[in-house]
Amino acid sequence: MRRLVKSLYVLMIGMGVWTDADAALTIEITQGVEGALPIAIVPFGWEGPSPQAPLDVAGVIAADLYRSGRFSPLPEKDFLAKPQEGSQINFTNWRILGVENLVVGRMRAAGSEYIVQFQLFDVFRTVQLTGYSIRSNEQDLRHTAHQISDIIYETLIGEPGAFATRIAYVTEVKTPSGKQRYSLQVADADGFDPRPVLNSTQPLMSPSWSPDGSKLAYVSFENGRPHIYIQDVRTGKRELVSSQRGLNGAPAWSPDGKSLALVLSKDGSPDIFVLSLINNKLQRVTRSYAIDTEPVWMPDGSAIIFTSDRGGQPQIYRIDLSSGREKRLTFEGAYNARPSLSPDGRLLAMVHGNNGIYNIAVLELDTGVLRVLTDARLDESPSFAPNGSMIIYATEDRNRGVLQAVSVDGRVRQRLFLQQGDAREPAWSPYDK
Amino acid sequence: MKILSKVIIAVIPVIMLVACGTTGDKKPGAGAGRGVTEVEVGEGAESMGLDSGSEFAGERLDDPASILAKRVIYFDFDRSEVKEEFRNIIKAHATYLANHPRVSAVLEGHADERGSREYNIGLGERRANAVLRFLSLQGASSSQLEAISYGEERPVAFGHDESSWQLNRRVEIVYQGN
Repeated sequence: MRRLVKSLYVLMIGMGVWTDADAALTIEITQGVEGALPIAIVPFGWEGPSPQAPLDVAGVIAADLYRSGRFSPLPEKDFLAKPQEGSQINFTNWRILGVENLVVGRMRAAGSEYIVQFQLFDVFRTVQLTGYSIRSNEQDLRHTAHQISDIIYETLIGEPGAFATRIAYVTEVKTPSGKQRYSLQVADADGFDPRPVLNSTQPLMSPSWSPDGSKLAYVSFENGRPHIYIQDVRTGKRELVSSQRGLNGAPAWSPDGKSLALVLSKDGSPDIFVLSLINNKLQRVTRSYAIDTEPVWMPDGSAIIFTSDRGGQPQIYRIDLSSGREKRLTFEGAYNARPSLSPDGRLLAMVHGNNGIYNIAVLELDTGVLRVLTDARLDESPSFAPNGSMIIYATEDRNRGVLQAVSVDGRVRQRLFLQQGDAREPAWSPYDK
Repeated sequence: MKILSKVIIAVIPVIMLVACGTTGDKKPGAGAGRGVTEVEVGEGAESMGLDSGSEFAGERLDDPASILAKRVIYFDFDRSEVKEEFRNIIKAHATYLANHPRVSAVLEGHADERGSREYNIGLGERRANAVLRFLSLQGASSSQLEAISYGEERPVAFGHDESSWQLNRRVEIVYQGN
């Protein structure tokens, strides 16, 4: 296992895409899975004016598939040959190595763009399972590589991949002069290429992606009070959408992108409201003396799931938006908060606290079965991947805030951690539309 | 009509105050001799207290030995009740605020790191509101006070155990201006 991890690091350094930004993410596999599919991804051929390809596409694909925990890529040094397309493959040789699936490809320059071609083969049946030719410009090459990973994943596993997605998260770094520096970052789901979309000297919280992946809503204390902003991720343009007296918090986009559920305490205690982004009308959803917070929409937009301590300690409830009927959802554990719903609406992830230990748990909404997925002490902020197969969350390790991902069955775990400072509140983007 | 009645209501307490304010014990600088309704204004002391017999009447905000130098109220885990041991501190601040109606303060509520962040923002606000209510009951005007919350976002102690957590479960009284 260690050798594989080491070769993965070498692979990543070889890709030359370490960023020296203040807070770059690195990947560390903490737990793999037995029965991972053996696969070989051969370095892609290159035809172009420069001696080296602008990106090691095969390296990105290998890292993606390995990171999912479902694949076991063969180290490059074990390859006997380096075919670039089907006719060059000697299947017998690959069978000897125990490889079940083989990915070959090539990339060539075409004017200001690149054409990336790949093929996926079943080594035992000696048939091509899939293959595409994708045109890409230079800045989108990593994204193209992730799209290829998604296609391979879906072809072999039968579920959509989530490699060509992004994560938003908050970082906190102490500057040399001892001041706090907060940042809202967006990185690829593999942790590469983190870019700050906002820097602040005051706390930032609760990033939430719009359903089309173009905007982030978040809470900022830059005005001395918690206010909610919406920012276009590409352009950086932003708008202050809620600055009521008291709290403005926990923004959550409706599935149709036209409203924002949020928390306001202007009437005395934190309650859930829905703000129309079309006409700015505010509609109250909950009314209680308790703290009602952390709203999350059901996929059909008909109900909102939220945290409330109306029963004493925080538990998770559901409110039907048309009837107003409320129903408690969590009954196990002293403390349940911060719900996150899987894209199909069947699974609810949450922070589950018992005896002072806080872990991530998943509740099957139709059966009521609760499964605790993590085992540290201070786990928080779960967010589902858009394919519903993994959950990213924040935890604490040796005095630092780090991000981790765990599969919904709890078998596979991955660590993404910052070079400096703390990372927290991850939000996994929807699929790019 | 409305404004007039407000003025009358405001004036009546002042008249009553002036009429009975000269009896009882006085701290130095808090007023002139017995029977005189004028108030001698010493340096930094502007005493027009509603309750001039209060033990906290003459406390100064900038005196490090004063009870007013204590500006942090601590709370039990997941609780927002003001504990008995902090009530005198709050009373002292309430008296000060009552005596200085143009002074305002922000009550900053905080929580320890455990559990979820947005819920902790709510908890911090609930604590700040608890202190605000107590201050108003003890004489401060709610127009002088504002409750805000930082949840777990601004800890003062950074360990991951109760010795740090108990220092973070707090409300800070932050006087404005000056």
